[in-house]
Amino acid sequence: MTNGNSLDPWYDSYAQRTAGLSASEVRALFAVASRPEVVSLAGGMPYVSALPRELVTGSIDRVMNEDAAMALQYGGGQGLRSLREHIVDVMSLEGIRASAEDVVVTTGSQHALDLVTRLFIDPGDVVLAESPSYVGAIGVFRSYQAETVHVTTDELGLVPEALREAIANLRTQGKRIKFLYTIPNFHNPAGVTMSRERRIEVLDICRSNGILVLEDNPYGLLWFDEPAPQAIRSIDEEGVVYLGSFSKTLAPGFRVGWALAPHAIREKLVLANESAVLAPNSFGQYVVNAYLDAADWKGQVDTFRGLYAERRDAMMSALGEFLPDLSWTKPNGGFFVWLSLPDSLDSKGMLPRAVKELVAYTPGTAFYADGRGGSNIRLSFCYPTPEQIRVGVKRLATVINDELDVLETFGPATRPFRAVPSSDSVSAPPPNIS
Amino acid sequence: MADLTRRHVVVVAGGISHERDISLRSGRRVADSLSGYGWQVDLRDADASLLPALRDDRPDVVWPALHGASGEDGALRGILEALDIPFVGSRSTSARLAWDKPTASALVARAGVRTPRSITLSHDVFRELGAVGVLEAIGTDHPVPLAVKPARGGSAQGVTLVEDVHDLPRAMVTAYTYCDDVVIEQLIRGTEVAVGIIDTGDGPVALSAVEIVPKDGVYGFEARYNAGLTTFYTPARLPEAASSAAAEAAVAAHEALGLRHVSRVDLIVDGAGTPWFLEANVLPGLTETSLVPQALSASGFDLGWTYAELAEQAIRDHGA
Repeated sequence: MTNGNSLDPWYDSYAQRTAGLSASEVRALFAVASRPEVVSLAGGMPYVSALPRELVTGSIDRVMNEDAAMALQYGGGQGLRSLREHIVDVMSLEGIRASAEDVVVTTGSQHALDLVTRLFIDPGDVVLAESPSYVGAIGVFRSYQAETVHVTTDELGLVPEALREAIANLRTQGKRIKFLYTIPNFHNPAGVTMSRERRIEVLDICRSNGILVLEDNPYGLLWFDEPAPQAIRSIDEEGVVYLGSFSKTLAPGFRVGWALAPHAIREKLVLANESAVLAPNSFGQYVVNAYLDAADWKGQVDTFRGLYAERRDAMMSALGEFLPDLSWTKPNGGFFVWLSLPDSLDSKGMLPRAVKELVAYTPGTAFYADGRGGSNIRLSFCYPTPEQIRVGVKRLATVINDELDVLETFGPATRPFRAVPSSDSVSAPPPNIS
Repeated sequence: MADLTRRHVVVVAGGISHERDISLRSGRRVADSLSGYGWQVDLRDADASLLPALRDDRPDVVWPALHGASGEDGALRGILEALDIPFVGSRSTSARLAWDKPTASALVARAGVRTPRSITLSHDVFRELGAVGVLEAIGTDHPVPLAVKPARGGSAQGVTLVEDVHDLPRAMVTAYTYCDDVVIEQLIRGTEVAVGIIDTGDGPVALSAVEIVPKDGVYGFEARYNAGLTTFYTPARLPEAASSAAAEAAVAAHEALGLRHVSRVDLIVDGAGTPWFLEANVLPGLTETSLVPQALSASGFDLGWTYAELAEQAIRDHGA
């Protein structure tokens, strides 16, 4: 008798938390997005071409001339002290008063998100999140076997009453809620911003229920029409862990982000950071530090804001021209628009048709842990030029109209078979897909 | 054997089809195997720079590892024929026949191999005649269970197995997102096998059949490209007579379509031991989890040697 071969002798040895980590058809389709013929409205890549080369090379030269021995060596687990002082200055722009002692530098803020989740989550614990929420966060929560519960969100952000109800329901079920994960500014993927009043109310609800707030703010400085309200962390030092990043205001290639945490949590974050990576990237930290020391970084952020605002405008204009019957959010900053499709459409199932038409987007299902999002898609305006955005939205309109045509032919029996939670954490494009 | 170290092959992979990712995986594996066997290998995407590069730096042979349209529909092969550059695999006319599943089924059936009852319908037909009427009209002849699939394409993309007739409209919509023509096919139950065929000059030879047993019962995209989700048995656990019948059917399909060098024929062997033709692939997947490399290894072939032999055969055929 022939012995069977599954091509993976370790298949039965993987940890339960990695179940569902598999290459999906949706992810494979995104491979096409890297081709120049395709207008990708899918990925969230910052437009680093707008960063003057000399600003970066000047910082690198300075590091190599003045700090090479340290920059090429292991560093401390908390991160470079002078960089942490700069980070305190950066955060002050959003109303945060902090000490460099409470900042932990991480390998991008994604790593900070992972470390905080590692510190707090036991299997089965609940994380509250906006509806929808960041795909990368959902993946982290899933990998630690948390249950992500989405809380209703509207154009003013998380709805406080819905948060109260969700907490009460979960407590009735005997579930342990560990933290609320929120992106208050220029939300990924929804594009909305939480109002000042909501921030205060949400914080009050969490405080009164003993729930930590994990505030993720990668886009806060990239506002278009008016600045976002001050950070939630500016209202409360003890109940909030704040995550920040240089990936959007400088460049993601340095992989430098940070967490600002209350003292006790910060201590554990440093230990967890050392356990995971020994020390955050020394060279990246020194270069970012030199950049903040010497370059007009605020002027560069202004340049990015102007560039992304122009692209947001192009996206709004194209949506109005080519998809006037649909609805979408109108972001005041950041990278993303959340488009609502007719209920009959399945954004994930429609993706192959989009690939044929040479346009890519991210299906809304990527941003839910519970299978919702089939009638939404996330559109990114950060990377394509305004002209490409117009072409991409025009193609998307063709895709939607063709899909509606097929659905109309087959009638109402064509809804997706069932809404099921995404079993894999890779149903969104990889981060380097343009 | 020629001096292999002097051979130059261009492996073409990628493109802009739905199967770009799979093509890149196959291309990298072929390139690594040939490189390890001493060939000078260039791995190139199918983009605007390809043809000038082929014209200016004429390689000894091209290995089209381009899945999906333009790779398997014969287009790239036709261009290589026009450029008079040897290439591995079937010629453009044969590739075009195999790429279109209804055409391939008809030709293979004519050669005496059993094929499932099927009907191919464009979206226009449903639009003109009304979906309800069309589905009712074909329902008697095509009862569930059914396989609904795009008429052209691979990697099980857009394929749905329909057990409940109420799921048929949705399955049609899914298939139409990939292709404007859709095949509704009788679902044959039995042992799912893939038979690789290689021909390095002595005629087509069937490799050991690979039996496919997906963990969740369906050999869909994820079961194909994630190690661990499918168990493969090579050779297939078939009675000797059924195994021989499968090999003969695969060779017959390969020949009926006029394929050359390498192909993969997918079959279902029913409870009576009869093989049913599902489709033929002019460019079998050559990824880490693909079937032909498994069959080659199980049959004792070194992958690098085999790929080099196939490339040599392409050069010999071109000179013949």
